[in-house]
Amino acid sequence: MARYLLTRVGQSIVTIFLSSMVVFAGMRLLPGDPAVSLAGEEATPARIAAIRAEYGLDRPVWVQYATFLRNSLHGDFGRSLRTGTPVSELIRSTLPVTLWLAAYALLISVVVGLILGVVAERFRGRWPEWGANLVAMVGLSVPSFWLGLLAILFLSVDHHVFPASGYVPMMQDPARSLYHLTLPALVLALALAAVVMRQTRASMIATMQSDYVRTARAKGLRRGRVLVRYGLRNSLIVVVTIVGLQLGGLISGAVVTESIFGLPGFGKLTLNSVFSRDYPVVQAVVLLITVGYVLINLAVDALYSVINPRIRVAGAV
Amino acid sequence: MSAQDARTSDGTTAGQTESVALAPAQAIARKDSRQRWWRALLRHRTGMIGAVLLLLVVAAAALAPLLAPHDPTQVHFDTPFQRPGTVGFVLGTDNLGRDVLFRMLYGARASLEVGILAVVLSTVVGTPLGLAAGYWKSANAVISRVTDVALAFPFLIIAVGLAAIRGASLSNAVLALGIAHIPQMIRVVRGETLRLKSTDFVMAAVAMDASSVRIVSRHILPNCVSAIIVQATIIMPGAVLGEAVLSFLGLGIQPPMPSLGVMLSDAQQYMSQDAWLGVFPGALIAIICLSFNLFGDGLRDVLDPASHDRK
Repeated sequence: MARYLLTRVGQSIVTIFLSSMVVFAGMRLLPGDPAVSLAGEEATPARIAAIRAEYGLDRPVWVQYATFLRNSLHGDFGRSLRTGTPVSELIRSTLPVTLWLAAYALLISVVVGLILGVVAERFRGRWPEWGANLVAMVGLSVPSFWLGLLAILFLSVDHHVFPASGYVPMMQDPARSLYHLTLPALVLALALAAVVMRQTRASMIATMQSDYVRTARAKGLRRGRVLVRYGLRNSLIVVVTIVGLQLGGLISGAVVTESIFGLPGFGKLTLNSVFSRDYPVVQAVVLLITVGYVLINLAVDALYSVINPRIRVAGAV
Repeated sequence: MSAQDARTSDGTTAGQTESVALAPAQAIARKDSRQRWWRALLRHRTGMIGAVLLLLVVAAAALAPLLAPHDPTQVHFDTPFQRPGTVGFVLGTDNLGRDVLFRMLYGARASLEVGILAVVLSTVVGTPLGLAAGYWKSANAVISRVTDVALAFPFLIIAVGLAAIRGASLSNAVLALGIAHIPQMIRVVRGETLRLKSTDFVMAAVAMDASSVRIVSRHILPNCVSAIIVQATIIMPGAVLGEAVLSFLGLGIQPPMPSLGVMLSDAQQYMSQDAWLGVFPGALIAIICLSFNLFGDGLRDVLDPASHDRK
């Protein structure tokens, strides 16, 4: 177990290291002189020279990379070209919005997906299964941002059930914050809920057909009890894995959702920085998302080995 | 095409008897199982619904230049915001008086184009890498590590990076979506290769001293095809959705070129008064993805019967 986790930690470090190289190389792939690109279109030669010195662009590439790595580790990502604000400050103000949104959406999709998956297994071949399958199919096919637009139109503009936009910090007023985040989180959760439902259903069906479930039933355990104690517990393993695999989709989805609902989050920061060619921000954002993704997957793997004893054995070989 | 094939397979056995005399045993087995696939696929109800929807969408997109009498980018300032059902404008017009239906047809064309190119890109790059990673242990170490790194970049981040470097465009959308799906293709092909490597017929080829390249290309690759096709049908709806998202955000296809994502982005500010502007393009994206998902599920059930119960 320890050995397995150590291997995974090592792999993650290598992955983060390689990713940082990709991000670093990407900045050097910008057309023309990076200093000119960084300085923006209407920069004076003095400003370009200042940027060249600030980013150490006159030094050897490996020194530049080492500096980039060291500064990143210290949370120093330079300053935004557009506003002059330190990038770390921009990240600190936008990241919580996205994290709350993603966590809320994750909660909704796991709960809804698990319930639908269990329902589909419990009522195989009857209408509840068809209904659950239909919901999953729609969730996989309907573009979430379109659904977001429709939801704003009908629930916010026409019926005023939810606010169409706006954000209240969680620490300031949790209830109103959740109220503002509910519609975006529902929209973001849809696709993930569909994936969770399908995987839960598949794993439930496999489990319920296994020998130990037949044994449990033969002992006289009620079907509902077996469903929860064996089926659901096995499904949790699947759900944890899926969540790890689908995080990329959740991050991409958050960018779109924030754009539709006008949430001042990380995704909005990402898009704005691309459109305004605010390269230090782009670099920091891409690096941070990558590192976050790798770390969460590492956590998922650790969790996975805790709830599924089989992986410990497999990892030790 | 599928209906025709099935009809021959359901016909007399005369043709089959003939092939028994002529073809080696392997070919018969292959033909037999292929006929069984077609029949199973034709009997798969939801799969067939997907196939029919798919044919309709592809036909409409392919025939867009014939179905749409005028240029979808043509602006008509005299007829903006025509309601759907107005004479001459089946699905109405947008803020610039452009015909919504015609723009949707061309938009579907762009969606499918991006989707197909992204699938081709991920398959062409992913298949050889997957084969190599599955067959040669030394290749696996490198390829799997790089795949892990690639998986760490969500497709939107790849698109964001590409847009920052090269500017937003259709080719960027294809590149971003194609690159983003390469790791999945590598994993699927690698898994199949690992499985096939321990089968008797590959062992036999090894015993007969066939070269590794020959084993991989003649024995393993052909048997990976069904897994690759299934994976392609999984990638396709994702790529179509991805194109819509990128174009909606302004990172993909650029206006005035028609794209379903661009249409939705344009419609956003008019939706409270003229909801149809956003309703129809989004519904078409959903239909395209739904048809691929249904057809892909059917194909998976047929090509991989083991997944049937556990889908």
